[in-house]
Amino acid sequence: MPDMAIQVRDLHKSYRQLKVLQGVEFAVEQGRIFALLGPNGAGKTTLIKILSTLLKPDSGTALVNGFDVIAQAARVRHSISLTGQFAAVDELLTGRENLIMIAQLRHLKQPRRVADELLERFGLTEAANRRVSAYSGGMRRRLDLAMSLVGTPPIIFLDEPTTGLDPEGRLEVWKVVKELAQGGRTIFLTTQYLDEAEQLADRIAILHQGRIIASGTLQELKKLFPPARVEYVEKQPTLEEIFLAIIGQKEVC
Amino acid sequence: MATLQRYFFSDLGVMLGRSLRHIFRSMDTIITATITPIGLMLLFVYVFGGAIQSGTANYVNYVLPGIFLVAIASGTSYTSLRLFTDVQRGIMDRFRSMPIAPSTLLWGHVLASLVFNGISLLIIVLVALLMGFRSAAGILPWLAIVGLLALVTLTLTWVAVIPGLTARSIDGAAVFAYPLIFLPFISSAFVPTRSMPPVVRAFAEHQPVTAIVNTIRALLAGEPVSQEIWIALAWCLGILLLAFFFARMAYKKRTA
Ligand SMILES: Nc1ncnc2c1ncn2[C@@H]1O[C@H](COP(=O)(O)OP(=O)(O)OP(=O)(O)O)[C@@H](O)[C@H]1O
Ligand SMILES: [Mg+2]
Repeated sequence: MPDMAIQVRDLHKSYRQLKVLQGVEFAVEQGRIFALLGPNGAGKTTLIKILSTLLKPDSGTALVNGFDVIAQAARVRHSISLTGQFAAVDELLTGRENLIMIAQLRHLKQPRRVADELLERFGLTEAANRRVSAYSGGMRRRLDLAMSLVGTPPIIFLDEPTTGLDPEGRLEVWKVVKELAQGGRTIFLTTQYLDEAEQLADRIAILHQGRIIASGTLQELKKLFPPARVEYVEKQPTLEEIFLAIIGQKEVC
Repeated sequence: MATLQRYFFSDLGVMLGRSLRHIFRSMDTIITATITPIGLMLLFVYVFGGAIQSGTANYVNYVLPGIFLVAIASGTSYTSLRLFTDVQRGIMDRFRSMPIAPSTLLWGHVLASLVFNGISLLIIVLVALLMGFRSAAGILPWLAIVGLLALVTLTLTWVAVIPGLTARSIDGAAVFAYPLIFLPFISSAFVPTRSMPPVVRAFAEHQPVTAIVNTIRALLAGEPVSQEIWIALAWCLGILLLAFFFARMAYKKRTA
């Protein structure tokens, strides 16, 4: 088993003349929660699509679970699950049928049991036999997450997993993510919510103008920020302030 | 890769099962797909029929093959719509990020389309029977008809896959079907080609619908089929291969 769950070197990707990724580099250790931050349009989804074999990079290398995302795409797919930015659930099927379908596609022995366990865990047992078209946004998102956990792949990609959830739903997702990491999975998540990264992540990277402009633990990132000033009350910088400060510096120079 | 091969049929079964559920849970789509052809059949038989010199006593028998093709063309547009929805909703991305034989994603939809169109054609035959359709064909000719219609459906479904994967809007995904629905009108499907002006007639006699319609018409009547069956098969196989090739390109391009 490689030590690094994800290794990315000098990754480039453009859509025609729009340069989205321009030399992205980072690595994620196994069993960690890694949060990728970036403003709208920074290229977070693009990066996740490359790592989950949906999109080919223009140049550079990306290894997931030790496998090359281009040359060994099939092996990468065995190692990952993806929860996209928008809930990818089958509207015409029921919640249970959605889960059973994924369990069958992952060739699990007891698809029904797996489905029922996940329904229970995500509080969807009552709605299990209703069609997803009748689910609320939050229920869809929970089902979507549940579908990603079928078959226990070692690396999980979550693209803005809590966008559109109410505060309670967010806390639930946070709990699940923490549990998964404790169980040894590697979680790669993107988020717009800086407090989410602050709450969850072991390591945080900031993607801006095509590059990772800062990465490290929250403590390390805080050091990049001018020390706490005494105003009326002493106040530690939040990640949001760090983020804005770093982006501000980059744009000045 | 070996494991992908091993699970090909199991994955295909799951995908087909999913698509069939979609079909049986939206029966309204079958009704919509049969309404236009049935309406046309009523129109031609009860309104225009008396004025058209088809040379056959039973005009329902005469128009039925063309009605079949209209039904298949409008039926396969649902494959475009379903694929388009899969792409839009992100379900396609979810499947593609999983260790599944990629071709099963498309074949599931394609095989389901055969079932969908099979049901819609059956409904049309039942209505035609009520309207006085009678066939002298035995078992073998009927099998040949079913086989030819299945081939046409397969061909048009692979054509429908292309806009399903590439369209930018839901209307764009369905619009390919309109010219296909229109094609039977400039063929031998409803009126004999000899009544048409020369240019139109030349087009009508050399487009695939005429060969297919004439073949099915002969089979239904229990008459020997002409050389046209080979022309019909050649058209279908040619278009099928082309469409299959472009559909795969469109699918691959999504990963570029
Ligand atoms: N298929 C595409 N074709 C052309 N441009 C694209 C395509 N997908 C994304 N882009 C552009 O690439 C840039 C990065 O998009 P991406 O979706 O990766 O950003 P993001 O960081 O996920 O943003 P958000 O926070 O809004 O989800 C954006 O400017 C977007 O418009
Ligand atoms: Mg995004």
